Amino acid sequence: MERLLKIDRRIIFVFVAAAVTIPLLIKFDLPVIATKEVRGIYDKIDSLSEGSHVLIAFDYDPASKEELQPMAIALLHHCFKNNIKVIGMTLNPGGTGLADSAITEVGNEYGRKYKEDYVFLGYKTGVELVMINMGENIYSAFPKDFKGNATTDMPALKDVQSLQDFDFVVDLASGSSIEAWIAFGKEKYNFDLGAGCTAVIGPDMYPFLQSKQIEGLMSGLKGAAEYETLINRKSSAVAGMSPQSVVHVLVVFFVIFGNTLYFMTRRKK
Amino acid sequence: MYKIFLTFILSILLLPYSSTFAVEVDMLIPPSDFQAFDTPNDDGKSVTLRWPSSPSESTEAEYVVYASLRKNGPFTTEVLRINSKTMYEEGSDSNFHYVEIKPGKFFNKDSDVTGGRSSYFFRLVMMSNSENVTVNEIASATPKGNWFNWKKLNNFIILIAFSTLVLWFIEHAKKNPNLYLRKISGLDAIDDALGRATEMGKPVLYVHGLNGMGSISTIAAVNILGRIAIRVAEYDTTLKVSNIDPIVLSVSQEVVKESYLEAGRPDAYVEDNVFMAASEQFPYVAAVSGIMIREKTAANFFMGYFYAESLILAETGASTGAIQIAATDSYTQLPFFITTCDYTLIGEELYAASAYLSREPLLLGSLRAQDIAKGIIITALVVGAALATIGIGFISFIFKAS
Amino acid sequence: MNFFKRTIPLIIAFIMGIMMAFQYYVPHEASQSLLKVVTRWGITIAGFAVFIGAYSLFHLHWNKIKRKVPGWGYSTFVFFGAGITIIFGLYNGGEFFLHDKQEGTMFDWMYFNVQVPAGATMFSILAFFMASAAYRTFRARTSEATILLIAAVIVMLGRVPVGALIWEFLPPIADWIMSVPNMAAKRGILIGVSIGAIATSLRIIFGIERAYLGGGD
Repeated sequence: MERLLKIDRRIIFVFVAAAVTIPLLIKFDLPVIATKEVRGIYDKIDSLSEGSHVLIAFDYDPASKEELQPMAIALLHHCFKNNIKVIGMTLNPGGTGLADSAITEVGNEYGRKYKEDYVFLGYKTGVELVMINMGENIYSAFPKDFKGNATTDMPALKDVQSLQDFDFVVDLASGSSIEAWIAFGKEKYNFDLGAGCTAVIGPDMYPFLQSKQIEGLMSGLKGAAEYETLINRKSSAVAGMSPQSVVHVLVVFFVIFGNTLYFMTRRKK
Repeated sequence: MYKIFLTFILSILLLPYSSTFAVEVDMLIPPSDFQAFDTPNDDGKSVTLRWPSSPSESTEAEYVVYASLRKNGPFTTEVLRINSKTMYEEGSDSNFHYVEIKPGKFFNKDSDVTGGRSSYFFRLVMMSNSENVTVNEIASATPKGNWFNWKKLNNFIILIAFSTLVLWFIEHAKKNPNLYLRKISGLDAIDDALGRATEMGKPVLYVHGLNGMGSISTIAAVNILGRIAIRVAEYDTTLKVSNIDPIVLSVSQEVVKESYLEAGRPDAYVEDNVFMAASEQFPYVAAVSGIMIREKTAANFFMGYFYAESLILAETGASTGAIQIAATDSYTQLPFFITTCDYTLIGEELYAASAYLSREPLLLGSLRAQDIAKGIIITALVVGAALATIGIGFISFIFKAS
Repeated sequence: MNFFKRTIPLIIAFIMGIMMAFQYYVPHEASQSLLKVVTRWGITIAGFAVFIGAYSLFHLHWNKIKRKVPGWGYSTFVFFGAGITIIFGLYNGGEFFLHDKQEGTMFDWMYFNVQVPAGATMFSILAFFMASAAYRTFRARTSEATILLIAAVIVMLGRVPVGALIWEFLPPIADWIMSVPNMAAKRGILIGVSIGAIATSLRIIFGIERAYLGGGD
């Protein structure tokens, strides 16, 4: 029993690998019900009129792609479907490729035109400093877009001078950028903000939801799956719910099993 | 028969009025009073427009505001167009519309302005599909910048009060240096960890969190690094400091160098030991984990703000058998550090660590001030919650963020 | 020398600290212009600091290769990886770096086929480590630990769709745990952290905390 308690962690790794792989091979669907946090973002975007401007900050790198990219894609589908102008940007140097591919692919799917219906501003170093700069004047923060086009007079940015002019801003973050967007963006320049983040930092964001500093929150793959359900376009996030469920059950099983062994050895002693 | 006759008579009498009612429903009634004034507490670029709601507001009707630099117009520049059922003044129960606009955006700075501050004139028009009605009054305002944001007065008073408290306790600490400080076992264990590393002849690894120098957690981590580096230099063991941010790297190099100098061991400082591991989260994790496994570090310090990488780092360190001390104000990562590290400093203990290690009275004085401030906040919370429960909510206005 | 290394930085920290603290309360255009200038300085410094980081990285690994320290072979990959990325980045699909970024270049290929899967792999290790840490350390040793354990199990199951299938009340209970007890604890820590952060800032602004300049005090 003692030996079981001090089991080689690689054996646990094998169980986890199996718990992820098997549900991906034997596909089964689980019901995904949207929570009010995710619905907050959905409702906000749904309430925007055609031609409104939404800024999406793709503040994540390839490591968090599996959780945040499905969120970004679902969000883009919703915006483009409602004929909303999308302005993309990133504060993470590793995020440019992912953001560019997501925004272009979904834009093309709906026949939207670059520079007219959407634009990707690219990456700028400085995080909160960039936000302040954008709050003062977006063209001074991003004089050129990711592809090198001048941003002034770009039709997609018509009527947008600074952060204040966006109808909605969504930050998809794998780090601390949501707090920065709240402190240096929303609080200073007063705009509606929504957030998406990895599951591990999700609990950190709850106070901002309650204080209404963010309109809604998508947390982890589950958040993305809920958004996919809301826009009626089930994709990779919904598909990822079955392995995630099985792994969660497995971890719970490990905890219960470990505790049972622990109490049995203690009783023996 | 009598009823039918009565109904007939009544219908005839009401006929002219019913047609009047129908006209009134379609006709737009413009708001009676249209005001423009300089937006208070702003940078001098915006003007606020306020007008009472009109009874003929509907989702089909719009309010449009035209502006001019001259009182007599022409009013051709459209500065605002909103649905008539939106932009109500907060707390006005939908009785007033309240909109802030930046008229400077719509006028060329050089044209029409004869120097100095320009006044703007506004005309409000209510529009629907069938007709437009203009409010007779022309409102005007001259935007000017303010030197204090009165909405932040409560915040300013709290800042001054807390700063005074901190400075007073620091002054007090000069006269009374023997302040009691509760034991923080994680910090007491630093010497044991360094001693163990020295005995084993293995390096000590200091890992900064992911945030840059602008973060207070990183500043606190750098402060602790300064204290630890002196002891490491005295113990004559190797200190490796991994960084993810180039500015934090430069500061850390300087801090470690100065600490070695102060310990009288400038020769022991090796620049390459304070290094940039990677500039992104997971490559950084891979690099630092590799160092732990290859070099079998005897003591690992994780100080600063961490994200998802915390468990990978700490679990890898635990598997190599190193003594691990973590300090973070990252709430979500605390459980991971607590389960995998020998000691974990929670939240503000990270900030207090530098004062604790140096035992300098001036630094300790500020810790006392922190405790008093916390006491005040707890009291306000308890009293505020009790008052709010019985329906008195004024205390929440004292702490309201603008 | 001490004047340049200590006194001047402390004076700068004091002046800038006080100025930027007051800037928050002054909405006037002059204050916003000051913020803009300081912001631009910050961005410029951050941009140049990247070179310091790159120099440190290359210097460290070059020395490892030069001295043939154990594991020096890994250091060659730093130069190999960086070199190949820089070359393809500058090559820009044959258009070279003076033109706008091209689509579908070798640089893009490396990004999507090397950097993306490598990053995702590192992140996925977290799931394995979490399972192993939960098994080894999550014990109901005390009553507090038992409460923590029960809450963890409820949240773990309640946050995935399977939770609702097991028991329909699991998700709402998990939500309650997250938004009531979790939030209460979080706010407590947050208040302490914020007060600590203000006190630390004051110590730095007034030059009481000097460890960040190196040395003891």
